[in-house]
Amino acid sequence: MKNRVLACIDGSTYSPAVCDAAAWAALRLEAPLTFLHVLHKEQAAPPVDLSGSIGLGARESLLEELAALDEKRGKLAREQGQQLLGAARLRARTAGVTDPEGLLRLGGLVETLTGQEESTRLLVLGKRGEAAQVASEHLGSHLERVIRSLQRPILVTPSEFRPPQRVMLAFDASPTARKALDMVAVSPLFRGLPCHLVMVGADTATASADLARARQILEMARFETVAVILPGEPEAALSRYQQEQGIDLMIMGAYGHSRIRHLLVGSTTTAMLRKSTIPLLLLR
Amino acid sequence: MIHAFRTIRNTWFSNLRGDALAGIVVALALIPEAIAFSIIAGVDPKVGLYASFCIAVVSAFVGGRPGMISAATGAMALLMVTLVKTHGLEYLLAATLLTGVLQMLAGGLRLGSLMRFVSRSVVIGFVNALAILIFLAQIPELTAVAWPVYALVAAGLGLIYLFPYITRAVPSPLVCIVALTAFTMLFGVDVRTVGDMGALPDNLPIFLLPDLPLTFETLAIIFPYAVTLAVVGLLESMMTATIVDDLTDSSSNKNRECVGQGVANIASGFLGGMAGCAMIGQSIINIKSGGRGRLSTLLSGVYLLLMVVFLGDWVARIPMAALVAVMIMVAIGTFSWESIRNLRKNPASSSIVMTSTVVVVVATHNLALGVMVGVLLSALFFAHKIGRVLHIGSSLSADGLTRHYQVTGQVFFPSAERFIASFDLKEAIERVQIDVSRAHFWDITAIGALDKVIIKFRREGTEVEIVGLNKASETMVDRFAVHDKPEAIEALMGH
Repeated sequence: MKNRVLACIDGSTYSPAVCDAAAWAALRLEAPLTFLHVLHKEQAAPPVDLSGSIGLGARESLLEELAALDEKRGKLAREQGQQLLGAARLRARTAGVTDPEGLLRLGGLVETLTGQEESTRLLVLGKRGEAAQVASEHLGSHLERVIRSLQRPILVTPSEFRPPQRVMLAFDASPTARKALDMVAVSPLFRGLPCHLVMVGADTATASADLARARQILEMARFETVAVILPGEPEAALSRYQQEQGIDLMIMGAYGHSRIRHLLVGSTTTAMLRKSTIPLLLLR
Repeated sequence: MIHAFRTIRNTWFSNLRGDALAGIVVALALIPEAIAFSIIAGVDPKVGLYASFCIAVVSAFVGGRPGMISAATGAMALLMVTLVKTHGLEYLLAATLLTGVLQMLAGGLRLGSLMRFVSRSVVIGFVNALAILIFLAQIPELTAVAWPVYALVAAGLGLIYLFPYITRAVPSPLVCIVALTAFTMLFGVDVRTVGDMGALPDNLPIFLLPDLPLTFETLAIIFPYAVTLAVVGLLESMMTATIVDDLTDSSSNKNRECVGQGVANIASGFLGGMAGCAMIGQSIINIKSGGRGRLSTLLSGVYLLLMVVFLGDWVARIPMAALVAVMIMVAIGTFSWESIRNLRKNPASSSIVMTSTVVVVVATHNLALGVMVGVLLSALFFAHKIGRVLHIGSSLSADGLTRHYQVTGQVFFPSAERFIASFDLKEAIERVQIDVSRAHFWDITAIGALDKVIIKFRREGTEVEIVGLNKASETMVDRFAVHDKPEAIEALMGH
């Protein structure tokens, strides 16, 4: 169970895409696939009893009453969770994955994922969750926190997933990006796919030297590589290039900078997550 | 950042309606306790009411358990009686400040975790004793009074318990208070009212320093009171927090709660209030009325102040009988009636611990003493129980020259004597072999006992050989910990 692909589903419109992406990744990596559904305990609307009177054994009877209420809701949520997992496993099996597993946990998403991190090789998530509004440009409330607290590659899918034909790697010569590059080079996930190596910024001598070195690494790993340097703002330039070239998966190092810098100047990762319409693979 | 906002939203604003309504219901249950126990402590109701407001509001922000109600309490008021009687109000305010400081220290030193040594029987004893104290505190209002008082209290209790059968949308303590006040005013029934008991707040509390010399004598006077107040306050708060944890199926930060209680008491002392702590009965009322978040605690304090400051003239006319009825309800709701039923079912030792806690508290009016006795007794019972897990078998070798003693079980102070007595020291024999590899020596009493046995045998001219002492005395080291090493557990249970 060491190197599994862990896919988080929650019954939102993103879940089928997460299923497909996870199945694709599991087949590529020849890794076992586990679907995770986290039951978050909703705060119950407490029963309205404003009588304010407490009688014999008030504590015991109140505990009994509240427990009974939670019990009903808990059972319901669990059954629903099992159904979700069942559907996801069926979908993955149809896609050719042998024996996908289902995991139903109680608690918060971030803490659950941190607990499963050890045994996870790749995490697959939808851009938004069940509770978030689809129309809004905002990301799912959990996403950034999950990405920041886990040290594993994370594949974030939009509401639809097609197996990628052409991928691009956003490269800025930072340590995070170099690490991402090495991971792509050795991983079986993209083997055989053409890879565009994209740098954004001024076309200086150091930049092209960095790019050439990066390209060499990819070519040594037998990737069909295109390397370009684009002028302009990273977010806009990357999106434009992606659309022009019909690229259907983007890889980038995530959150290379500190939270403080993020607060002041914003983060490319968050901007790309918000804008992009294709799956993003975030490497840490 | 986002996480912090989310936490604030969850603990403050996730349950607006429930918290706002519960706050009103709780405020109504806070007023009687604050007034009644101010009177018992020997100060104006004003002191208790300011304290309740202040503690509720401050603990809403700094407490570690959202949804728990803290205010001026009976348990604390009972500890102040002699201080107020012999030294006066200023010393009480100073003691309150010191209590707060001590509680913050306790929180800083993470003493909240010491609560694990307080067994369930002691907790139940504490809760029952508290209920009895609250009830007993009502007795002065019920002795040597005219018959209308009894009639009013009975009518009040009837209203509190029967009114919910008509509707649960209106707090029945409110109905009780309003109805009895209206009745006594309409018919001119001559009974004691809140106004007869002392000054009520007529303005918002103001910041003031206790008017005392900052000397060692002052400290010597207030320190013993402050220590007891701090201990009782934290005990009741920790127990209440556990109860609220159970009821709401969520967790609390106990050490933050210790610090929060301290801050709240310091604030109370500066605003002319007495020390307080969490309240079991009122917290249950809060949860039952739908209160879950910090907002419920905050609002209960705010409502309380608004009520007494702006409706002060009316509050003064509330007959004491109405408040007595509400407090009797709180006492009944706090008492664990299940524990009476379980007295026979539970092991005798736990029933003894529970009842001794109650008896000591009721006799001394000091919850800290009761808990101390309870904890000591539980520790003794436990040591006794574990001390019985000791068996010493013996066999004579084939040649009749050597006797093998096989020691199995726990050797420490309660079982050391039995350990010595299990050896047949009068047997005239060549050689004795004592195998302790399947025993545990927990303390130096155990080693001392073994030494004694060896010396006694030697004096009879018997050769003594000890087998497996290293293994047996592994448990002697102070940092003996097995929880993280499975093989250590194996060793402890297996041999």
